[in-house]
Amino acid sequence: MTKRQLLMKRYIFPLALAFSLIVGSASVQASEEGGLPSAGTNVQDQASLQRGAKLFFNYCVGCHSLKYMRYERIATDLGLSEQEVMQNLNFTGAKFGETVVSHMPEDSAAKWFGKTPPDLSLEVRAKGADWVYGYLNSFYLDPSRPVGWNNTVFPNASMPFPLWELQGLQTAEMKPAKPGADPEVEKLVLSQPGKLTPAQFQQATRDLTSFLEYASEPAALERHHYGIWVLLFLAFFTLLTAMLKKEYWKDVH
Amino acid sequence: MANVFTNIGDWVTERAPNMMPAYRKHMTEYYAPKNFNLWYYFGSLAILVLVNQIVTGIFLTMNFNPSAAGAFASVEYIMRDVEWGWLIRYMHSTGASLFFVVVFLHMFRGMMYGSYKKPRELVWLLGMLIFLALMAEAFMGYVLPWGNMSFWGAKVIISLFGTIPYIGGTLVEWIMGDFLPADATLNRFFALHVIALPIVLLLLVVLHIAALHEVGSNNPDGVEIKKGPKGNRWDALKPADGIPFHPYYTVKDLVGVGFFLLIAAFIIFFAPTFGGWFLEHDNFIPANNLVTPSHIKPVWYFTPFYAIVRMIPSFLGSAVWGVLAMFGAIAVLFLLPWFDRGKVKSIRYRGTGYKVALGLFVVSFFMLGAVGAGITAEVIPEWFGNVDVTFWENLFGRVMTLIYFGFFAFLWAYTHFGWEKTKPVPERVTTHD
Repeated sequence: MTKRQLLMKRYIFPLALAFSLIVGSASVQASEEGGLPSAGTNVQDQASLQRGAKLFFNYCVGCHSLKYMRYERIATDLGLSEQEVMQNLNFTGAKFGETVVSHMPEDSAAKWFGKTPPDLSLEVRAKGADWVYGYLNSFYLDPSRPVGWNNTVFPNASMPFPLWELQGLQTAEMKPAKPGADPEVEKLVLSQPGKLTPAQFQQATRDLTSFLEYASEPAALERHHYGIWVLLFLAFFTLLTAMLKKEYWKDVH
Repeated sequence: MANVFTNIGDWVTERAPNMMPAYRKHMTEYYAPKNFNLWYYFGSLAILVLVNQIVTGIFLTMNFNPSAAGAFASVEYIMRDVEWGWLIRYMHSTGASLFFVVVFLHMFRGMMYGSYKKPRELVWLLGMLIFLALMAEAFMGYVLPWGNMSFWGAKVIISLFGTIPYIGGTLVEWIMGDFLPADATLNRFFALHVIALPIVLLLLVVLHIAALHEVGSNNPDGVEIKKGPKGNRWDALKPADGIPFHPYYTVKDLVGVGFFLLIAAFIIFFAPTFGGWFLEHDNFIPANNLVTPSHIKPVWYFTPFYAIVRMIPSFLGSAVWGVLAMFGAIAVLFLLPWFDRGKVKSIRYRGTGYKVALGLFVVSFFMLGAVGAGITAEVIPEWFGNVDVTFWENLFGRVMTLIYFGFFAFLWAYTHFGWEKTKPVPERVTTHD
């Protein structure tokens, strides 16, 4: 066996095997979330995060908290001043250093909706950005539900749809019901347009999902920022060690 | 300055005459075979990860609140409000998974080159004890963030002990200190995770290395360099094929460290959850005994063993057989040096039967992992349409379990009855890079 063949056999093959296993397992994971449209979020897009924050504080914070997220941190990470955040985003009267806590009393919320609205600090980490984006785009009118709304991504959700004035009203076209089974939704149609066009609404929900993705892991901004330098340093370090090894091993025969 | 160090050295040697020789014995005058290949990086990398886990663990305990009421929030506090807390936490969580990657590869190396065989059985046994302690350590660590998968994982795994006849139920309560995983469980797991098991692990690692250095390292050729010719550039009485661990393998292992850190840093900075494999999605939901996650599954490194529990049906009115099989899957690894009667160590000179069997063993391990992680449950309907998923999954999982245990049975028969046709083993080590 030549040295090159030996190298192939001993290193390249096991490495390729390990790599394909990692990629294989990752792609299985990806297919698990199949059936949902891609959210296309980008937490590095500060303008998108700002628009998403505005939507969150106008439409969501009435019921949902971000109890691990501080106003001050939002200001720093989204490039906003203390004044901008306190005037435009903080409607709860909390101090700048405090976390985002909804004013909705938990007991009454449970009574009104049948369920306390969940804290959204980690929603994207728990469900995935695609799920949240899909959920926000999949509400439809359903008179049979207590609050009048239903959702194809999360059937029988107890949440009414606060963004309806932006999206308009969606209704469901049902598949012909199979005997003994509940009827299934064929597709959703926009029966009454809202303030935004469908494309604008998709962008708005993408912004909102981006903001929630950021809120679920503010460290992601720092991670990406430092990560590239760490990798460059380590690549340089590895190169140096490889040269050091070669030098030392010259006299091993 | 050099003078000061010499003086300190002399001062120590005068009072503890064996301390400097110990450094020489394990570093500068430990003669390791010169033909180590890629597979020999994982031992030193395991030590690196162990140190990382201890150091990052110390910093995590400074802000972690080990109570059912406060644990989840304190982890988020570390992630958001503690300076560099996110980095420390990701280093610890990524380190846990990479620890198993490295240890699995290290064990596979041992199997491939027959490093468990005489005279190194004790090294193998101590290594297996490390693996066992590591699994306990990882399991308890996974419970601490008190996410919903922590809670349900703990509940499922602890309740495995409930299958033991007569004492099972009481044992489960005794382990948890409650009827469910609760504050008492979290408290004791914290104590065991940060004090008891790390001490055990460190002790075992020291013994593992001490036992190795008594007999010397094996190598990819499976040649005993101590039995070969004597005399090298450094010492006329030491093996000719040996080179001093320091500096040769310290600088070589440093290259491995560089590559390893590159991979680790990529995960830590760009994919810390690793698509839900290292940090599971359901663990970002606080523990809730009323809401069951859609798929309860352990972290990836436990999935092969978890699959074996699930694949063994209960009979004679007891479900204990699956649990016995799971522990059996680890017990057979302990006994590997006695299943394998073959005298040839390295796979390079062993019979084709052994190569095929080892390959199948690795495949069965991965496939059991896929079953335990719930991959088969998703892939079967996707590939084969409307079929009885449970039936096919069980069939597949049971065949894989059979192959896993079959490896050891085959290995015994293959070597005991002399069916193996080995190639001649060279006198000296062949190549090095």
